[in-house]
Amino acid sequence: MPNEKKQCEHMVKLCATLEKYESYRKFKAYAEKILALGNDSLEKTIAIAVALCLVCAVLVSFAAVALKPLQVDNKEQDMKKNILDVAGLLDEGSNIDAAFAEKIEPKIVDLATGDYVDSVNVADYDQRKAAKDPAQNVVIPKEKDIAHIRIKAKYAKVFLVKEGGAIKSIILPINGYGLWSTLYGFLSLDADGQTVQSINFYDQSETPGLGGEVVNPKWRALWKGKKVYAESDQPSLDKGLITEADKGEPALSLIKGVVDNSKPGSQYQVDGLAGATLTSTGVTNLIRYWMSTEGFAPYLNKVRTVKGVKS
Amino acid sequence: MSAVMNDETKKVLVEPLVSNNPITLQVLGICSALAVTSQMSTSLIMALALTLVTAFSSAAISAIRNHIPSSIRIIVQMTIIASLVIVVDQILKAFAYDVSKQLSVFVGLIITNCIVMGRAEGYAMKNPPLESFMDGIGNGLGYSLILIVVAFFRETLGSGKLLGIEVFKLTKDGGWYDPNGLMLLPPSAFFIIGLIIWGVRVWKPEQAEKVEFKILPIAHGEGGHH
Repeated sequence: MPNEKKQCEHMVKLCATLEKYESYRKFKAYAEKILALGNDSLEKTIAIAVALCLVCAVLVSFAAVALKPLQVDNKEQDMKKNILDVAGLLDEGSNIDAAFAEKIEPKIVDLATGDYVDSVNVADYDQRKAAKDPAQNVVIPKEKDIAHIRIKAKYAKVFLVKEGGAIKSIILPINGYGLWSTLYGFLSLDADGQTVQSINFYDQSETPGLGGEVVNPKWRALWKGKKVYAESDQPSLDKGLITEADKGEPALSLIKGVVDNSKPGSQYQVDGLAGATLTSTGVTNLIRYWMSTEGFAPYLNKVRTVKGVKS
Repeated sequence: MSAVMNDETKKVLVEPLVSNNPITLQVLGICSALAVTSQMSTSLIMALALTLVTAFSSAAISAIRNHIPSSIRIIVQMTIIASLVIVVDQILKAFAYDVSKQLSVFVGLIITNCIVMGRAEGYAMKNPPLESFMDGIGNGLGYSLILIVVAFFRETLGSGKLLGIEVFKLTKDGGWYDPNGLMLLPPSAFFIIGLIIWGVRVWKPEQAEKVEFKILPIAHGEGGHH
């Protein structure tokens, strides 16, 4: 193999070049001296520890740095896939980046006012990172923190699907505590800000097979067409009759057992997860939280009005 | 291959499968066997990761075994193992993102898996690199074998699937099988591993531990009335 021979010659040449340098010769002599020492001498112990740390550090940093672009890309692809999925636009086998760029329009929303924010770079904004940054987050008062998340970002990154200029779906990031973990997901609503299209949890560590069934496509399909906010004069089974005072409040919840779709009020109910009461309660709470005035209600109110959202 | 395979290599490769299995005989590495076996796909990746880490760490430790100062022996082994585990974790995150998401912390926890450390200290410190590498592969395969058996029962009985493909149609999807929820929880792995150990020791009675002490019957005048 001429190539190998060439490489070998190259190495020999390299070594010969190195030999010319005083510091390399010194280093080589020192290494030989150390290796010849007794294993338990103090000098050898320290030298071996330092050398090992150096070699391992180089190995680990090399792996981390060399693989970083792939990992970042994986994360981005995964997130885009989840957003396309909740929008009902995921087409297996198609190019995710292209589909995302073509169909999805990310927007930054100020949760307090419900207006779009233009001062932030949409592409670079990471809501989960912002939620942890004291300069960009808000501590949620305890009595309002029904989703048990303690902090939230001031600005949320929402995604719009448009068709012929009109909004087709509004995709909202949601999160809240279940049984073991914080569930992170997306909720996709019709342009009325009221009818659910789909829900998707992309990060959770609930019990596999029980609470972990939040990712089950069959369960997720039950959400389609459900209503988020209470309309007056419509009974909701867990609250009794919805009164004028409840009007506009988030009413959607998971119930124990199976929803009877013929009953009034069933449009606010989704089947609870069998054997996972705490995860189900967690999902109800996180929906109620993010749909309240603490979450996206101000934004959705503006989406529904004729004037639209200010930017 | 057979020309290279001397008796020692064969022994370290085959023995850990049944007759000296790290899980069933030495009862090591149980924690991850409980944690990742609810699905076959995660078990396979975990088994592969652990086998590679054990093999390469054993080879590396064996290569420098004559120069490891005994006072920092364990730390040296840990550093090598930890570095390899981080590399494996990074590789999984780059090339098998979905599985690495499911395995989450358990890949990182290979560092604390007693099998890796046990082979480093028990074999690699005394044997040449090639044999140590094979010993790591052998023990990794022994661990893999148990993980695969446990995952097979847990995934089929717990969710009616194998590698995510439906085997039993579940009642909630209109089929006949009512899944056993216990199988999805870590304790079920205890039961299955216990049954496997029982089975192996019935087959190979020499694996049963000798009685270390005997509880003597109540001696005369002991206990009772005060």
